[in-house]
Amino acid sequence: MSDAVVETGRKGWLTAFSDTLWRKPRLLIFLLLAPPALWLGIIYLGSLFALLAQSFFSIDEFSGVIVYEFTLKTYRELFTPANFDIIIRTVVMAAAVTLASVAISFPIAYYAARYARGKWKAVFYLGVMLPLWSSYLVKVYSWKLILAKEGILNWLFEALHLTWLLDAYLAIPVIGGNSLSVSWTGTFLVFVYVWLPFMVLPIQAALERIPASMLEASGDLGATPAQSFRHVLLPLALPGVIAGSIFTFSLTLGDYIIPQIVGSSRRFIGQAVYAYQGTAGNIPLAAAFAVVPIVIMGVYLWIAKRKGAFDAL
Amino acid sequence: MTTAVRFTGVSRHFGAVRAVDGVDIEIAEGEFFAMLGPSGSGKTTCLRLIAGFEQPTAGEIAIFGEPAQGIPPYKRHVNTVFQDYALFPHLSVIDNVAYGLMIAGQPKADRHRAAEEALEMVALPGYGTRKPSELSGGQRQRVALARALVNRPKVLLLDEPLGALDLKLREQMQEELKALQRKLGITFVFVTHDQGEALSMADRVAVFNEGRIVQVGKPQDIYYRPDVPFVADFVGSSNVFPPELTAKLTGQRAHAALRPEAVRLGAEGHPATVRGSSFIGTATRVALDMDGIAMIALLPKGAAVPETGAQVHVSWADEDLHVMGPGA
Repeated sequence: MSDAVVETGRKGWLTAFSDTLWRKPRLLIFLLLAPPALWLGIIYLGSLFALLAQSFFSIDEFSGVIVYEFTLKTYRELFTPANFDIIIRTVVMAAAVTLASVAISFPIAYYAARYARGKWKAVFYLGVMLPLWSSYLVKVYSWKLILAKEGILNWLFEALHLTWLLDAYLAIPVIGGNSLSVSWTGTFLVFVYVWLPFMVLPIQAALERIPASMLEASGDLGATPAQSFRHVLLPLALPGVIAGSIFTFSLTLGDYIIPQIVGSSRRFIGQAVYAYQGTAGNIPLAAAFAVVPIVIMGVYLWIAKRKGAFDAL
Repeated sequence: MTTAVRFTGVSRHFGAVRAVDGVDIEIAEGEFFAMLGPSGSGKTTCLRLIAGFEQPTAGEIAIFGEPAQGIPPYKRHVNTVFQDYALFPHLSVIDNVAYGLMIAGQPKADRHRAAEEALEMVALPGYGTRKPSELSGGQRQRVALARALVNRPKVLLLDEPLGALDLKLREQMQEELKALQRKLGITFVFVTHDQGEALSMADRVAVFNEGRIVQVGKPQDIYYRPDVPFVADFVGSSNVFPPELTAKLTGQRAHAALRPEAVRLGAEGHPATVRGSSFIGTATRVALDMDGIAMIALLPKGAAVPETGAQVHVSWADEDLHVMGPGA
């Protein structure tokens, strides 16, 4: 140690580099952001625009060759009854899955944010995250076994002498079927199960940020718990609910594996994209189908913003 | 006179922690009542027991004669000004203030008119359209006050409402709060750890320590005639003499309190050693050692300040030495 105020002992190009970064903080930010920006800009957005461009081409119906000319013909094809059915079916499923996820997630998230401490908080995180660690396919096939005619659920209904109830439910058109594993109810159950963590965590994070005094103040001013929920808790948690619904909604809109393994033979958007770009070789229509979820999500977020869902952010 | 709030042997235990332990209080209608004590002394828990956020483990609470057990906060005609204000961030100032009236089902025009009046009362007219995040700490405090008062509560509970404000603003708000309380005649229950605040604002002060009330009385009584050494020390840092010394001085065997400003330094009296001195603005604070007993003297402006280590003599007027009750 010398008595000098300024240290002169540390030299070398690494030190010089550190000094330069310290003097020019903007350079540091640039260096940190450049690689992810390139990744996002070129690979991610670039491929998205390439996809978008594809959807404005069309396919020659006789030769099956892609015609590289601008046309809205492919989009018109989306609105043929068969294709439009797929879109409606998928959106209704995504909405149902999202609503069910919110209903199941909110109490769990509320408990975790308000009451769970220490060990129980760890148990909560583990419980929510654990299913994410195992393979998606394994989980979906497990559900197929659970829901199958020879599966544990049927066995349970039988043991409780409630088979008639299950049969009555399966007899309902549209949501029923031969067994749960080939019905939309089955598809719905698996979707809700697989996407649930993506709803629980954002809601829990949003609730965590609401001070306990906020609810006490509401009660103090005369609001019953139900009124406090409606006027204070829900508006303040809404950004978290919307964030979670972006996940559950868009993931359901795009998935093509779950409805293929568990569900009826009627297709969802993801399956249509898969089929058109693969076996059918109709890349433009596949691209047009892929644009649908993007547009739906855009409209959804626009409405959410206009309704003030992000005011509490 | 009607009793606004009555505690009879009230306790609130959290597991092994006795946050409130056998407290009796009687707060009169229209009174400005302060609960003073260090943090963790149970004063805030008492406030939360009145509001209904906590239920007593034992004892009885009555608000205007009606038992409060099992009555949830939303059925009590008391309102709270929270320490962190707890304004709703997603609502505008006017909707925050009108929240209680909205819950009560008042039409929008009526409740906004009442809220605007309440905002005028706290000197914030025309601030209704802003969001709480656009206000300063002092303004938020006023909005919280307006939000509580607009409901015409029977009792207004204030939980360290001035704690987050800077000194000048705090002194200004102290005067305004007091004036407001006089004007409205609402019972105020005010929790604070600042003895100056309690003494200057309250009609009566309850001093809390370790979950119990150690003394209740007028500010002057608390300040000049503490019942126990804790009050003497906490409210204005008096010099506390042990019973042996008091016995030697007065013949009574009990703790005694002597205000620092009553201590005189001069040629006569008890010998003492100066341990140090510091200038505190309005006076100079001199630390002394009188036969092994630490003492503080406050010297007014102009008085000669002795050097550290100097031998001095301390004296006081007999009536300034307050001998506490036996057993204290």
